[in-house]
Amino acid sequence: MGSGMPEQQGLYSPSNERDACGLGFVAHIKGKKSHQIVQQGLQILANLTHRGATGYDPKLGDGAGILIQMPDAFMRKEATKLGINLPAVGSYACGTAFLPQTKNGREACESIVARIIHEEAQTLLGWRDVPRDNSNIAQAAKDVEPVMRQVLIGRGENVADQNTFERKLFVIRKRIEHEVRALKLEDSAQFYFPSLSSKTIIYKGMLLANEVGIYYKDLQDEDMVSALALVHQRFSTNTFPAWDLAHPFRMIAHNGEINTVQGNINWMAARHESMRSALMGEDLEKLWPLIVEGQSDSAAFDNALELLVAGGYSLPHAMMMLIPEAWSNESANKLMDDDRRAFYEYHAALMEPWDGPAAVAFTDGTTIGATLDRNGLRPARYLLTDDDHVMMASEMGVLTFPEEKIIKKWRLQPGKMLLINLEEGRIIDDAEIKKSLAEAKPYKAWIEKTRYSLADLPKIDVQSSMASSLLDTQQAFGYTQEDVKFVMQPMIANGEEASGSMGNDSALSVLSNKPKIIYNYFKQLFAQVTNPPIDPIREELVMSLVTFIGPKPNLLAIDETNPPMRLEASQPVLTLVELEQLRAIDTLTENQYRALTLDMTYPVSEGTTGMGAAVEAICIAASKAVRDGYNLLILSDRAISKDRLAIPALLATSATHQSLVRAGLRTSAGLVVDTGSAREVHHFALLGGYGAEAVCPWLAFQTIADMVKGDTYEANKNFIKAISKGLHKVMSKMGISTYQSYCGAQIFEAIGLNTPFIQKYFTGTATHIEGIGLEEVSTESFNLHKAAFGDDPVLANALDAGGEYAYRIRGEEHMWTPDSIAKLQHATRTGEASTYKEYAKLINDQSLRHMTLRSLFEIKSSGAPVPLAEVESAKGIVKRFATGAMSLGSISTEAHATLAIAMNRIGGKSNTGEGGEDPKRFIPVAKASSMAEVIGASLIERDIPLQAGDSMRSKIKQVASGRFGVTAEYLANADQIQIKMAQGAKPGEGGQLPGHKVSPYIAQLRFSVPGVGLISPPPHHDIYSIEDLAQLIHDLKNANPKADISVKLVSETGIGTVAAGVAKAKSDHIVVAGHDGGTGASPISSIKHAGTPWELGLAETQQTLVLNQLRGRIKLQVDGQMKTGRDVLIGALLGADEFGFATAPLVVEGCIMMRKCHLNTCPVGVATQDPELRKRFTGQPEHVVNYFFFIAEEVRELMAEMGIRKFNDLIGRADLLDMQKGIDHWKLAGLDFSKIFHQPKVDQSVSLFNNDVQDHGLKNALDNQVIVLAKPALEKGEKVIIDLPITNTNRTFGTMLSNQVATIYGNAGLPDDTISIKLKGTAGQSFAAFLAHGISIELTGEGNDYVGKGLCGGRIVIKPPVAFRGVAHENVIAGNTVMFGATTGESYFRGVAGERFCVRNSGASAVVEGVGNHGCEYMTGGTVVVLGQTGLNFAAGMSGGVAYVFDEDGMFNKRCNMTMVSLEKVAVASTFTPGSINHLNQADETTLLALIDKHIAYTGSERAQALRADWENARSKFIKVMPNEYKRALNELAAAKKEAA
Amino acid sequence: MGKVTGFMEFERLSEANLPVTDRVKNYKEFVLHLTDDQAKVQGARCMDCGIPFCTTGCPVNNIIPDWNDLVYQQDWKGAIDVLHSTNNFPEFTGRICPAPCEAACTLNINDDAVGIKSIEHAIIDKAWENNWVVPQPPAHKTGKKIAIVGSGPAGMAAAQQLARAGHNVVVFEKETRVGGLLRYGIPDFKFEKSHIDRRVEQMEAEGVEFRVNHIVGENVSAEDLSKDFDAVILAGGAENPRDLPVTGRELEGVHFAMDFLRPQNKVVAGDTVPNQIMATNKHVVVIGGGDTGSDCVGTSNRHGAVSITQFEVMPQPPEKEDKIWYGQTGRLSSALQAHTKKAVTVTGRSPRKN
Repeated sequence: MGSGMPEQQGLYSPSNERDACGLGFVAHIKGKKSHQIVQQGLQILANLTHRGATGYDPKLGDGAGILIQMPDAFMRKEATKLGINLPAVGSYACGTAFLPQTKNGREACESIVARIIHEEAQTLLGWRDVPRDNSNIAQAAKDVEPVMRQVLIGRGENVADQNTFERKLFVIRKRIEHEVRALKLEDSAQFYFPSLSSKTIIYKGMLLANEVGIYYKDLQDEDMVSALALVHQRFSTNTFPAWDLAHPFRMIAHNGEINTVQGNINWMAARHESMRSALMGEDLEKLWPLIVEGQSDSAAFDNALELLVAGGYSLPHAMMMLIPEAWSNESANKLMDDDRRAFYEYHAALMEPWDGPAAVAFTDGTTIGATLDRNGLRPARYLLTDDDHVMMASEMGVLTFPEEKIIKKWRLQPGKMLLINLEEGRIIDDAEIKKSLAEAKPYKAWIEKTRYSLADLPKIDVQSSMASSLLDTQQAFGYTQEDVKFVMQPMIANGEEASGSMGNDSALSVLSNKPKIIYNYFKQLFAQVTNPPIDPIREELVMSLVTFIGPKPNLLAIDETNPPMRLEASQPVLTLVELEQLRAIDTLTENQYRALTLDMTYPVSEGTTGMGAAVEAICIAASKAVRDGYNLLILSDRAISKDRLAIPALLATSATHQSLVRAGLRTSAGLVVDTGSAREVHHFALLGGYGAEAVCPWLAFQTIADMVKGDTYEANKNFIKAISKGLHKVMSKMGISTYQSYCGAQIFEAIGLNTPFIQKYFTGTATHIEGIGLEEVSTESFNLHKAAFGDDPVLANALDAGGEYAYRIRGEEHMWTPDSIAKLQHATRTGEASTYKEYAKLINDQSLRHMTLRSLFEIKSSGAPVPLAEVESAKGIVKRFATGAMSLGSISTEAHATLAIAMNRIGGKSNTGEGGEDPKRFIPVAKASSMAEVIGASLIERDIPLQAGDSMRSKIKQVASGRFGVTAEYLANADQIQIKMAQGAKPGEGGQLPGHKVSPYIAQLRFSVPGVGLISPPPHHDIYSIEDLAQLIHDLKNANPKADISVKLVSETGIGTVAAGVAKAKSDHIVVAGHDGGTGASPISSIKHAGTPWELGLAETQQTLVLNQLRGRIKLQVDGQMKTGRDVLIGALLGADEFGFATAPLVVEGCIMMRKCHLNTCPVGVATQDPELRKRFTGQPEHVVNYFFFIAEEVRELMAEMGIRKFNDLIGRADLLDMQKGIDHWKLAGLDFSKIFHQPKVDQSVSLFNNDVQDHGLKNALDNQVIVLAKPALEKGEKVIIDLPITNTNRTFGTMLSNQVATIYGNAGLPDDTISIKLKGTAGQSFAAFLAHGISIELTGEGNDYVGKGLCGGRIVIKPPVAFRGVAHENVIAGNTVMFGATTGESYFRGVAGERFCVRNSGASAVVEGVGNHGCEYMTGGTVVVLGQTGLNFAAGMSGGVAYVFDEDGMFNKRCNMTMVSLEKVAVASTFTPGSINHLNQADETTLLALIDKHIAYTGSERAQALRADWENARSKFIKVMPNEYKRALNELAAAKKEAA
Repeated sequence: MGKVTGFMEFERLSEANLPVTDRVKNYKEFVLHLTDDQAKVQGARCMDCGIPFCTTGCPVNNIIPDWNDLVYQQDWKGAIDVLHSTNNFPEFTGRICPAPCEAACTLNINDDAVGIKSIEHAIIDKAWENNWVVPQPPAHKTGKKIAIVGSGPAGMAAAQQLARAGHNVVVFEKETRVGGLLRYGIPDFKFEKSHIDRRVEQMEAEGVEFRVNHIVGENVSAEDLSKDFDAVILAGGAENPRDLPVTGRELEGVHFAMDFLRPQNKVVAGDTVPNQIMATNKHVVVIGGGDTGSDCVGTSNRHGAVSITQFEVMPQPPEKEDKIWYGQTGRLSSALQAHTKKAVTVTGRSPRKN
């Protein structure tokens, strides 16, 4: 029996496990120990239960635990019972050991423990069995439940003090772990030490949160006392029981995810050789391997923290090194003082950030604290009482204190730290901790003394030296005409990457007959669900491309007085001059650095088999060079010529980097790559991701010189700018904010490279279908080289055509060809089945042109063929079809509504996309009419007849990150609500609808101003983690209990575990999208290089869901270049219930793959808003209906052949797939699809398809009571008043009620205050989400995260209880992301709200007394009044609406992001000319005063009253934040009005 | 790519023709190429489609969007380089190709196709004017010898490519001049023969040897060819006319087109042809409405026919075509282009049925 996690099998890998959760601590500041603290900790756990998850078995939790101080009295009592005489407190340690269930295993482990304690000269005092009650835990957890014994250790004589003892215990534990692992016991995975310390003790396990205190009987003992309790409730993506993965770890509990963990682990290993510690001495060596592969990210982080603390850093110091604040971007963060910046800059060279969303609570038993990641992506609130209690938790309400005792309610802010020193008996705030640490050493002076900035080094002349002609050289590196025209030209012209559209229908690299460069075999990973992507443009302040080139200092040099030199560059793309500077770095830095160039080319005469040796030679030379004292290695392929072949730079880079890491030499030297191959963003990302600190793309610069013919300064600058922006994007889509931690982080997976090759050169990278190896990689290089320097007439004067981005004769193969488009259009317009078959043959029969994985599949029979008539009808099958999420905005009204009509006719589903939907379309068509009659003649350019019974209502309503048009009414009119986590064309990225596309109609549907651009953020600002997604699912289910909730994911490695998490988060439906779909505009590198084919993602999802026994309760849909019945059949066999189609139905509607959707010039009226072009639309619902029936008939014929009658019998039958035999192709020979075809071995009863439903737990909702009480209002419109208490477990209050209102009364809702609700207490998350008009809620108490999310007409008032003694405007009253996506309505908060207040507000008004970072981000409408301080980055991406901010300290301009807004004064109302155009068409002062007066009326705000009392003075301090775009739109309106008059 | 919104802003402009009254007096070309500005505007209409159907429609797969864009950018040198990369003799196709590319043009679905052929015409004329069309002799010779039988466009193109690759190429032509049907089948008013002569000159400089008056199988033996050469390419063309076996076919005055056109071309070239078939003062009936038919109409006009009546089996094309579009297949270009006022065309009538 192992730990409970299944072995790696098929596409499932335990390494993809992700977790997130709820955490909290409670402590007595003065260190007073009590049993009450322990019980309060357990109480917090119980109230955080909803932040965790359960698996298929409701008892099977994901793990929970508690960390407390060593309970001496208890231990002493227990020891005495065992006849053990404990030394004084602090001189003994207790370790709770998880031991194997088998006696042999257990004894083996115990003897190792005993021996090592002895060897380290400590005393083994004895063992104690931990009493437990496992009667109520899930069977699966019980199956792997370890035996638990506590080992008691006495301090040895060689140990001076308690801290040294702790250090020793750490060494002992690491040694024990290493030795047990080396035993390779069958059940050694069960061996684990949750804690081994003289200060703290941890009780944790595979338990439900409220079970911890029951399971561990110790915790009930009155002598179990502590002054602190740190607790954690886990939400893991898988359900596999793993006792050891529960938190807390030895020093931390973590909520979030470390995105860079692979790189961090590698870099820690890389330091092995160069690390020295004065404190640890020879013990340091015993720690290695410090971080063992296969742990969770939190566990790895804990290991690193332990090392730093053992090495002598204080706990807060170590935390600041691991999770630094955003410090490097001075322009974005103007408020940080120089000393602190210098502190961070100094330590940046020592340790790369452990980057990702994180709220980490940490303790060593004497101090306890918490810190938040630089972007504040996890919630952490805290409160202080007048009797010295401090409580921090992911949300408020988990532990209640009498209001009159509370003196402060605040929150942890991005990058900030809260620290309580129990010995000193006080709270040390962020500023004090950091000030004292920053001033402890002369960091600023050190930095100035030791820093070489690349930009400041003396310039050096560059001689252009190319051995061969530019054209030949370009060809040797695989340049195509498209590289120049589509990739580089836009970059040098505009400083950014070009956009494309309509996804990717060309061949996968490993299937292509064209020579492919190695970069193309790698796909970028991206964040979905478990961690958020970052918006690198609007939240630039957290991003940094700073790179340190050269050796890294000794991590544990805490007593440093003369720090080593460091070489910094502001970003990793080097110019030709900078590369020469590096070559001559010794003379430029007085021999501080010594650079050596290693040649990446080798003689062509050595043939394809020579490459392995050549790579090996570079690795050896690199190690030797470092040992010889070179500390800057430059890998260069400039020596390429007719006779010398370039090793692919990525291969050489990764091989060198990894060999240096393995040798422990990597941190002793910098690694720079000088290559002709790099020319697009993806290339730079890969080189960085596999270890290059900087890259000089020399051939790209030569190419640019040839392109611009003249001064290249601007062009080069633009190129570098474009690459930098692109790198920001690639990093941010994974949620990584610094290049330093991206470097070496390997955030990629390989498609079509075999395991031996990956293992050898790209260790740790996922590759699932095998494919080519070193020999084929070198053959591809040779082919390119031969063609380049050969006499092919086609290449004599021109580069290869390419054909990746657009179809080209002689170019790359595409599935959409002139022929396939013509045949499909012909077939669906005429209804000719024979023509459809010709089309399907073109797509399906890829026997000569392979493009997709499924083209190589063979379908096997399940038995004798059955008569076609016995196969499930086409009418039934088409109900499984859906059209893709294409917004009205991306496509025309005609094209959008036509799809809806067609899908409704066949009983399938169409999808609104992200852009709202016209309520006129919700009404069924009663009698024959036309689209123009229903929607309005002025809105339709090409009318389409409607039959009685038709409907233009899209059954699927999409909810995406921009929340455009998402109201209670919109949601109420859904059969399915789809949360778009990612989209195939550009997973992890946001989008932008430029102002010129925002027509009055689109603006109306999206609640915005015509002509004002709309930004879709990369993340949903209410989903930074899996438990956030669970919350949103819950919210949407409340908003429409009848609708299924769907989550759309994009295929990538690890999607299976994410999907399992999503299923546990109670989604009813999951979409797995392939990387190749997508109609929207996206950067071309994202279209090509992010995500994987759906065959992989779907198979992994199916396998993992089945393994987790979760498959039955969800529906699985697949999409991405679905074109034929064969595609559908293969999708079903790999596990899909349903199928999404986007491009093909568009082609049926007339699309001819112009790939110009982003330009608004679609010449067939499909993807355009231009009225003239929309007239050219020729699509008909009938054509679309024909298409889907053709598909269904093809499926039926295939089913008949296979001998399968029922569609459900197809689902998940991957055993009926095989790889096509007899494919004779040099690149395909190595492919192996067995992982795709793998079927997990599970019990017969485990479903392979959807046959069950989720339990959303709505029955217990408080709204059920409210709805009953509000009946008179709902039914008769009578006023009702409702009084109730509320707690944090009452989540999403008011939303089901709003659904009732919206269902009956639409978006207009009820008259003001028809339903008036008064509440007392702490509301759960998503309080008053999607609150409809006519409902007003007054909460006395406080709110958590997401208050007023999607507010659409209601009124929210939150005010502190009268008993609360704090000053309202200095205390937090609501959590993060309040009013996200609000469209109408109003809210009043007497107190401060957290980060991201009013993000994407498009029309609601709000008054608040202070906000955190990123206030009013992406706002497009509405009015916000802030009566106190704001955080940083206020108004980033704000394009509409107005904010009025009371700028008391005059520093607001430093906190505001000025990119899109201007700051104005609030003029006196009397200066306003009535009738002139302004925000709300009245004077600003009038608007502002009205809101302040209402705020006073509703909340009794003292703050507002004070301002009002001294209004003239106050008014002069108000700043009006006016978006430039909005101002322009208002000016245009005014001009138009003037003209009309 | 052209101008993003070019197709919405600009209308298709066909090349100008000389006035009918002038052009029927001689055998000079009457189609004028576009001016630079006109070509720029026409190039701007190209949408640079994600799938350029024109390229597939084009029998030699010209990379049309690329040179349309270059013309829009007024990079004529770049344009001719791209054009020459797929097409050895754009001045031939730019004049006489029926332009299936334009039929396939995406804009042709619901608008007027991009004037691809006229742009091609403009590019190559510009290239000749600027002396950009120069011999490209190979840097190295391979020592291999290749015989090409037939000097029509196919033979010429093969010869040029092989010579540039370094082979020794000899072209055998049965007539006294190089060019095959291109020279003898197409009237000069559509295609002046100096275009061929220029190319011959270029190719000779590239090392191609032309042997005219050599009829393989008569004065050159197949055995000799295979003995003397490393490879032989047969590029002999298809000169057999399609007969129309109907009543009256045997009557006097019923001729195949080539028997009518070929002598006239020789006369224009300065040869003397005895017993030339002349349409002068005659009532002429032309059967067939394709390119060859129109050549006969134009030649009859220049001969001074009294009347010309043309039969076409296909129906009259509608004023505005119904362009539900089925790709590059299934559409014929309506090649009624050489018509002048004097010709009457009766469409939808097949002589077989009448």
